[in-house]
Amino acid sequence: MKQVANKDAVLRISSDEKWINESDVAMQTNESDGYALEEALRIKEAKGEGEVIVCTLGPQGAKTVIKDALARGADRAIHVVVENSNKLSPYQIANAIAEAIREENADLVLTGLQSDDASYGQTGVILAELLNIPHATIVIEVDRSSLTGNIRIKRELESGWYQWFNYKLPALFTIQSGISQIRYASLKGIMAAKKKEIREITASIADFPSAQTIQKVYMPLKTKETQILGGGDAKKAAVELVERLRNEVRVI
Amino acid sequence: MILVFIEHKNCVLNKTSLEAIAAAQSIGKDLSLKVTAVIPCDKDCSLAHEIAGYDLEKVIVAKSEKLGTYTPDGYAGAWEHVIDATSPKYVVMAHTYQVRDFAPKLAARLDREVVGDCIRYRVENAELVLTRRMFLGKLDADISVGGDAPYFITFQSGAFRGDNAAKGNAMTETMEVTVGDIRMTPEGPFQEAKASVDLTKSDVIVAIGRGIKSQENIAIAQQLADALGADLAASRPICDADWLPIDRQIGSSGQTVAPKLYIALGISGAIQHIVGMKNAGTIVAVNKDAEAPIFDIADYGIVGDLFEAVPVMIEEIKKAKG
Repeated sequence: MKQVANKDAVLRISSDEKWINESDVAMQTNESDGYALEEALRIKEAKGEGEVIVCTLGPQGAKTVIKDALARGADRAIHVVVENSNKLSPYQIANAIAEAIREENADLVLTGLQSDDASYGQTGVILAELLNIPHATIVIEVDRSSLTGNIRIKRELESGWYQWFNYKLPALFTIQSGISQIRYASLKGIMAAKKKEIREITASIADFPSAQTIQKVYMPLKTKETQILGGGDAKKAAVELVERLRNEVRVI
Repeated sequence: MILVFIEHKNCVLNKTSLEAIAAAQSIGKDLSLKVTAVIPCDKDCSLAHEIAGYDLEKVIVAKSEKLGTYTPDGYAGAWEHVIDATSPKYVVMAHTYQVRDFAPKLAARLDREVVGDCIRYRVENAELVLTRRMFLGKLDADISVGGDAPYFITFQSGAFRGDNAAKGNAMTETMEVTVGDIRMTPEGPFQEAKASVDLTKSDVIVAIGRGIKSQENIAIAQQLADALGADLAASRPICDADWLPIDRQIGSSGQTVAPKLYIALGISGAIQHIVGMKNAGTIVAVNKDAEAPIFDIADYGIVGDLFEAVPVMIEEIKKAKG
């Protein structure tokens, strides 16, 4: 599970122009990672046994993601501590996570589909390759009755199509947002979380010659001339808009 | 050379592959590299002939009995074989759901990674610098590739135009590929209960996003839609929350629309939504956040509270219609 900038945050580009200033934005759990945790908890509940381990790679500040996950019901956590994690390429991230979790020999590894910041969308897939287990991406349903060494999952394809796949465990799935409703942490959960183990690993990040590098981030170039109406007055803008829709766009 | 991936289902082309051909041809021209198309298939793919009608050096059908239905293991294995046999400098693909599934695996197997979902490129010192969106479309990032070839690049749908793919006459070749164990068993693809609402035929769409805040507030958007004779649609979070049924969803996982008028209320404009509506004739965005990426593609923008603007819009439309 990854910590990312809040979806609604106004972003300021950092002075090296390679990332954003994370110190002045609210941070949150990456959306699809939250769904991945929820699915893990539901699978454990359906099976009636097992353990859900949360793994986060990121700076010390990412502990809030872990604590929240433990409060929702995860059993214990592994924190791969990397302060400048936004400098890492997806392979480096996946490799550090693979080393951290390999010996857990998990039956099932769930990740979010992609992060809402870098959006590389490949950490989970590379992780599966490094752990030498099969994977599926964009999983929108898990057949929780299928959990007997095999697992049946539904993938989202494009344009409203879906497909079920069958896997032998262990396997890795990247979870699509919306797979189920995410639970809130209960007061009991929050109290219980305080006693749960968070194991810190200080990762030595291996050099990766083929790493992609962010040269520069910047505001997107405008492709269209946008007329901003109303000069800050929403009601005035609405009047102007309807006038335009009538006389210029001619839809009224 | 450049390899370009041709995606298909039962030998029927996924048309975004033509965009990948256009992208590969463009890069090939800029870097003086030849382009070869690769079609994984379990037979002498009938699509090869169609693809050979484009300006390519060659069309390779990567053939194995294990490639009848798509699996990530099958496709990664077939591609590994083709790359080994051809030593490409670049591998270019469209950023489809299928490519997202197998390309990172293929790259990782070769100790590489994918520069994914790119929207454009430029050439710097005879190497590509790719631009991709980050932070849900709020920022662009220029990315340089590292290490040795091959480099894996995927382009976002719409970054290149498929009808710009240059025509020609390429030879075709069948390459028998060795594919390892397939560790997953696919069932047949299917569509959920047919979409009862076909938004692709709508002339006017009023779409809502997270800015609508609650299910009760949808009524005001519906009133605007009624006043305009429009259909109501939504971005993904609204359908995920079950506030509107999935057949109202616009975007990569929903419907792709091109109405005359698209009014986006409280939609920030994540890429996944924008790819589904950017070809609308006129786009209106109402959003509190002046930095929301939806304003980058809007013709008219209202920076402000939709709950202030929409009632006035309804009133004015009713007045205008008499």
